[in-house]
Amino acid sequence: MEVPLTWYLVLSGILFSIGAVGVLINRNALVIFMCIELMLNAVNLAFVTFSRQQNSMDGQIFVFFIMTVAAAEAVVGLAIIIALFRNKATINVDDINIMKW
Amino acid sequence: MLNQFGITFLDLIGFVILFPLAGTIINGFLGKRLSKSIVGYVGCAAIGLSFIVALFVLLDLLKLSPEHRVFEKEYFTWIGSGAFRAIAGLQVDPLSVVMILVVTGVGFLIHVYSIGYMHEDKSFYRYFTYLNLFTFSMLILVLANNFLLMFIGWEGVGLCSYLLIGFWFEKKSASAAGMKAFIVNRVGDFGFILAILLIFVTFGTIDFTEVFHAAPEHLQIGSIVAATITLLLFVGAVGKSAQIPLYTWLPDAMEGPTPVSALIHAATMVTAGVYMVVRCNVLYTLSPFTMTVVAVIGGATALFAASIGLVQNDIKRVLAYSTVSQIGYMFLACGLGGFITGVFHLVTHAFFKALLFLGSGSVIHGLGGEQDMRKMGALKKYMPITYITFFIGTLAIAGIPPFAGFFSKDEILLEAYTKGSLFFWGLGAIAALLTAFYMFRLLFMTFHGKSKMTKRVEEHVHESPNSILFPLIVLAVLSVLGGFLGFPTLSVINEFLAPVIGAGHHGLAHGGESHHVSSNLMFSMMGISTGIAIVGIVVAYVMYISRPELPGVIAKRFKGIYNIILNKYFVDEIYDATFVKPTLRASNILWKVVDVKIIDGFVNAVGRLTVLKSEVLRLFQTGLVRNYAFSIMLGGIIIIICSILFL
Amino acid sequence: MLESLLFIIMSLITIACAIGVVFQKNPIYSAVFLIQTMVSLAVLYVLLHAQFVAAVQVMVYAGAIMVIFVFVIMLLNLNKNDMEDGKTKMPMQKPAAIILGLVLVVMIGVVMTRTIYQGAQGEYTPEVMDQIGNTQLVGKMLFTKYVLPFEIASILLFAAIVGAIILAKKQIIKEEK
Repeated sequence: MEVPLTWYLVLSGILFSIGAVGVLINRNALVIFMCIELMLNAVNLAFVTFSRQQNSMDGQIFVFFIMTVAAAEAVVGLAIIIALFRNKATINVDDINIMKW
Repeated sequence: MLNQFGITFLDLIGFVILFPLAGTIINGFLGKRLSKSIVGYVGCAAIGLSFIVALFVLLDLLKLSPEHRVFEKEYFTWIGSGAFRAIAGLQVDPLSVVMILVVTGVGFLIHVYSIGYMHEDKSFYRYFTYLNLFTFSMLILVLANNFLLMFIGWEGVGLCSYLLIGFWFEKKSASAAGMKAFIVNRVGDFGFILAILLIFVTFGTIDFTEVFHAAPEHLQIGSIVAATITLLLFVGAVGKSAQIPLYTWLPDAMEGPTPVSALIHAATMVTAGVYMVVRCNVLYTLSPFTMTVVAVIGGATALFAASIGLVQNDIKRVLAYSTVSQIGYMFLACGLGGFITGVFHLVTHAFFKALLFLGSGSVIHGLGGEQDMRKMGALKKYMPITYITFFIGTLAIAGIPPFAGFFSKDEILLEAYTKGSLFFWGLGAIAALLTAFYMFRLLFMTFHGKSKMTKRVEEHVHESPNSILFPLIVLAVLSVLGGFLGFPTLSVINEFLAPVIGAGHHGLAHGGESHHVSSNLMFSMMGISTGIAIVGIVVAYVMYISRPELPGVIAKRFKGIYNIILNKYFVDEIYDATFVKPTLRASNILWKVVDVKIIDGFVNAVGRLTVLKSEVLRLFQTGLVRNYAFSIMLGGIIIIICSILFL
Repeated sequence: MLESLLFIIMSLITIACAIGVVFQKNPIYSAVFLIQTMVSLAVLYVLLHAQFVAAVQVMVYAGAIMVIFVFVIMLLNLNKNDMEDGKTKMPMQKPAAIILGLVLVVMIGVVMTRTIYQGAQGEYTPEVMDQIGNTQLVGKMLFTKYVLPFEIASILLFAAIVGAIILAKKQIIKEEK
């Protein structure tokens, strides 16, 4: 029996929501980053599902590019976290609130 | 329509205004780095080339038959907005050609003169930049093909006048005089701009040709609209040409350098009002009431200013009042319908008044800046060439045949007698008498009699350099010969200008062909006016040469009158009390109450309100990233809900 | 049938691990859970006939990117006590966020099940793909239709490398001063 593609999409939605909740409730910048990766993965799953549904390759190529961007983003983001940690000796996002005096 | 010779100089009319503009730009932007002689050459060459082009334009215009001597060169649509169209273009006709010749010709001589006169000045290039800019604006004024472009030139010359009066702005009186000129002129300009608006509303166009073509059909003779337009225009002319009641700026304008006084405040700019009235003669002839107003104001100014000139001791102020008086003459002529006579007097006046101003400048230059005539005297032997040329100028303005002023002034008096009444003739004649008197008073006090110079000045008195003398000589020659342009039987200028007057409209214009006067009357009038001039001269001679104690005695006898005249009828004081002080007081109230309390109060209230609101709103800005992320997500969910519900 | 079973097992593992990522106190555990999530997703990709993406998912995501995360965690030498000190400034954030997350799940579920996706069908059916080979197809498309984004992606990676170096280096210079 074929698995209905809608299930994949619902799974994607669940993963995305979990990632979003993780971004909101975690205070550790690194974990927040991981949650963002989780959301990206959820989106990737949706893309691959649509690609399968449409019998087209474009969705998969898109996933490929998303991974590229995710890699770049992770590298720069982690570099920022390191720089931040050196300056403030913390990666707790609640302590990094100099935007408001 | 008339260009069968291929390219004529009429097509190149643009160069007349381009050369001074180029001079302005070169001197304005590079002048600081150029040497003084180069700045001077550039300034003079700009006007000289312009004059040469103007001469060729005249020659080309003369090739055409008189009724075709109107040429309009349109360059581009300047403003197009709905029904309003202003096309920037230049109009060449006998009147504007006469004007550009006077402006560039006299202007060129004064530029040459300035090289010598201003040589010691540290902002030499600034002076020539302004002077070129002035010439440019003046040429736009006289060559404009519509009212709005004319107004641009009008404002341009006003600006340059302001800049040049206040040229020595370190001196407080000079900068104050500049501002006075500017503000008094504003009053007139306001009238002018209202007139332009009214013309547009009435005719739907501001183009000269179209307006003057439409005017006789559009407006009844003596209609209120015609009277309003012409009166408003005349308000502008009164301001610019320093007539009663807006004349007070001109004597103060003498704070500027003397060549400036000669060019702007004697020969060209102040006569712009006369030019404008003549240009609009079609409109003026439609309103007999305005014509009377023009004549009365002109005549009154002529007499009034001449009487003030009688007792002034500053050499330049005497000339300034004489200028006011002579422009009054021009308006008298125009008001009586003698538009051509007005222009004729304008031209001759440009020659001899420029000569007189430049001569006085030469005297001031020689005496190291002294302007008080009581500290001069016996300059004849120190400055012979200046004396001779000045003498010629004085004879010309006094109206002694065959000098230039005689013909034009005589024609005005003739006009006054034949078209006006004995009243106008009387005004003119008395003014002529006074003119002859105060001009010879000036001549005698300055060049004759005993020297009243201080020792230090006397040692340094010297004849002026060639660059000053050359323009004097040329202008002296013109002052001698200029009158023959309007020699009664030849009357070159009448014939040349005739097409402009009334612009060929069926019999409406009663200017132009005025010379159906019997030669008997003409010659007797000539005799009378010569006699008047001679009387004035003789009185001056008696009072200032043969019996020098007489003026003091008369002054003592008529102490009241003398003081009133010496203080210029207290007009400045009256204006101060009636206009300046109340304005000042009102401004103070507006400043301290309306501006500081009310307007600033509103602004401050808005500011405080913003601060208050911010105090509340900043509570939402926690500075915590996760809060912001929460808001983003909330917003996203709301969007999804909306899309589910509504799509 | 086997496929369905595989899908159910894998999706349950994925969700469980994702929740683990979010609620673990220790970041290193979170990272390990995230790796497991990604590997499970790779299995799902294979089920969807996207073999190349599955391979890349394991190698690049679970391998390279997560290694950087673990590396940074080690470098900063964080342990769970570091995050525990000091009370949270937003006590309501956690419950509110969980409610919001549940709402989001419901909303996405509604959208996904209600909407019928119908578009132009492409030529790459699973049969075609299995015949030619998924990797070959991806490579062909990358160098034909998507060659420009591909090149741009390389520039993006280059910029990221330079940016990371600059961000890390700046601090050293400042400290020397």
